[in-house]
Amino acid sequence: MEKFVSHTGTAVPLRRSNVDTDQIIPAVYLKRVTRTGFEDGLFAAWRNDPEFVLNKPERQGATVLVAGPDFGTGSSREHAVWALQNYGFKAVISARFADIFRGNSLKSGLLTVVLPQETIEQIWTAIEADPATEVTVDLEAREVRVGELVAPFEIDDYTRWRLLEGLDDIGLTLRNVETIDEFETTRPSFKPATL
Amino acid sequence: MTAAHAAPVQPLTLAEKIWEAHVVRRAEGEPDLLYIDMQFIHEVTSAQAFDGLRLAGRTVRRPDLTIATEDHNTPTLDIDKPIADPVSRTQIETLRRNCAEFGVRLHSLGDANQGVVHVIGPQLGLTQPGMTIVCGDSHTSTHGAFGAIAFGIGTSEVEHVLATQTLPLKQFKTMAINVTGSLKPGVTAKDIILAVIAKIGTGGGQGYILEYRGEAIRNLSMEGRMTVCNMSIEAGARAGLIAPDDTTYAYLKDRAHAPQGEDWDAAVAYWSTLHTDEGAKFDAEVTIDADALTPFVTWGTNPGQGAPLGDVVPNPADYADPNARQDVERALEYMGLTAGTPLREIAVDTVFLGSCTNGRLEDLRAAASVLKGRKVAEGVRMLVVPGSARVRLEAEAEGLNEVFEAAGAEWRFAGCSMCLGMNPDQLAPGERSASTSNRNFEGRQGKGGRTHLVSPLVAAATAVTGHLAGPADLPALQEV
Ligand code: SF4
Repeated sequence: MEKFVSHTGTAVPLRRSNVDTDQIIPAVYLKRVTRTGFEDGLFAAWRNDPEFVLNKPERQGATVLVAGPDFGTGSSREHAVWALQNYGFKAVISARFADIFRGNSLKSGLLTVVLPQETIEQIWTAIEADPATEVTVDLEAREVRVGELVAPFEIDDYTRWRLLEGLDDIGLTLRNVETIDEFETTRPSFKPATL
Repeated sequence: MTAAHAAPVQPLTLAEKIWEAHVVRRAEGEPDLLYIDMQFIHEVTSAQAFDGLRLAGRTVRRPDLTIATEDHNTPTLDIDKPIADPVSRTQIETLRRNCAEFGVRLHSLGDANQGVVHVIGPQLGLTQPGMTIVCGDSHTSTHGAFGAIAFGIGTSEVEHVLATQTLPLKQFKTMAINVTGSLKPGVTAKDIILAVIAKIGTGGGQGYILEYRGEAIRNLSMEGRMTVCNMSIEAGARAGLIAPDDTTYAYLKDRAHAPQGEDWDAAVAYWSTLHTDEGAKFDAEVTIDADALTPFVTWGTNPGQGAPLGDVVPNPADYADPNARQDVERALEYMGLTAGTPLREIAVDTVFLGSCTNGRLEDLRAAASVLKGRKVAEGVRMLVVPGSARVRLEAEAEGLNEVFEAAGAEWRFAGCSMCLGMNPDQLAPGERSASTSNRNFEGRQGKGGRTHLVSPLVAAATAVTGHLAGPADLPALQEV
């Protein structure tokens, strides 16, 4: 996984709440067997509308998505994270994320940042007034900076360390493989097996 | 395991008990490393995980604790012919290749044990109390009906479990959902869970494992309990569970993978310790009165936007919070509904009976009991899609297919089908369905499609009248 320390880029205001993963990428786009090429499916139903914010010329090249609350609810499809990443997003800011989406994003290196809704409103106002406004998401300092605005955010130390170092979760777990071996010897025989 | 077998030192909730019994490693400042007893696999969320293993030169640690099936993408007609859509076919073929290469048991299309992943696990007896179960699918919460911690994961986590049979996880909080009293005739498990979601909201369960308790839950069959736990995710919770009891044991006894002989006795002895201890504290509690429930249907574009069938479409102006008002406005616009319209007057063109929420034998029986001797209304198409190939066989053995066909419904092969519209079973833009599935999201059942979530009884009555209705709305059948 790529390291994430700090990122600065322009942003897209997505003034919608409860954006579920079926909106982020509809099921018909989930048939690929790779981790790439999902950008076409990103917000597919809304992309037909030329007025949809992502289609605006001034939002091209943006890398930070600033969304309404309850972003990423519904289906567990990690394709939603890949679609955002394939499109070019590095970070998503919202007042609340669904658990599975947040877990998926932090495992794939898409930084999801939780800020209070009032702060989101301030960022929306700033980036809508001037689409060239840069948003900095600084994981090291645990803060989002937009012009004069400095908004601290919380992220647990372990996840932050993993992202800063770009560490692969599986590799970390396999450091404890003996503990897993040992645990397995204590499992009761009545637990089911498939083979 | 020792902690779970010894007398409880400190009273624990059911979820905490199961969690503690699976902690492989606990270290300050790190998530717990949790052992996973079973992983279910399907074609849509696994290809990239197997690829990851291959790239890193890793194997599947416990193929014997892994099982795969084909469900999301599979056709429900002509299943003996090659899948027409080449992209769908590639995805299925990729799963078959991966399972063969990594030694994972797979139930393919055409096999009696093929079907929606959350239907086949319990059916095979692979879902048992006290287990930790994961699958790259959010409705894995279904398996919590047996008193297991079961939750959906993303593809990176699928790969993690394949490689290590564990997952690093932060502990969840616990919420008790007390469903008191008893359900009136015509009111079902689906109505309970829709009412719970409408009450706590689509984000209300976030960060929690829900434990459903109370008389109305105890009186549900295993099928009904699965329906309730299935939709925990729609309240934002990753998991929901119900303490095992005699109903659970009776369901499991003699299933293909249920413990046998002495193992059965040992298992039951352990399972009977799996309940929330007297004095254990939940982080939150919610109470629902089952006596007051009536059939529940959704009117909006998330499962929290629901109301009793006797209500009207809500008015956005009645919502004080501007964000909520905007949500309702947007939902009504998408759904093509006008505030104040009685829900019973909403006409549908499609009825979908199926999915991991309501695609089990009991659900088909319930719908057939309404359709027997009646006809699906002119201009309405009704799809009946059994949750698994075995459910289909069992239904046919009882003659349920004949009831559906005589009524004018289509009898299909098993799979996810129109629940998510990944195969050709989709709504056309603007079409409206009454669906026994779990998600009424925009475009979920096909681009521009409009979905009302309902119970199997409401689905069947709606098919007969052509607009949202409960069985009590139907005229009595003439005696012959
Ligand atoms: S039936 Fe629907 S909800 Fe259940 S696993 Fe299939 S797509 Fe998901």
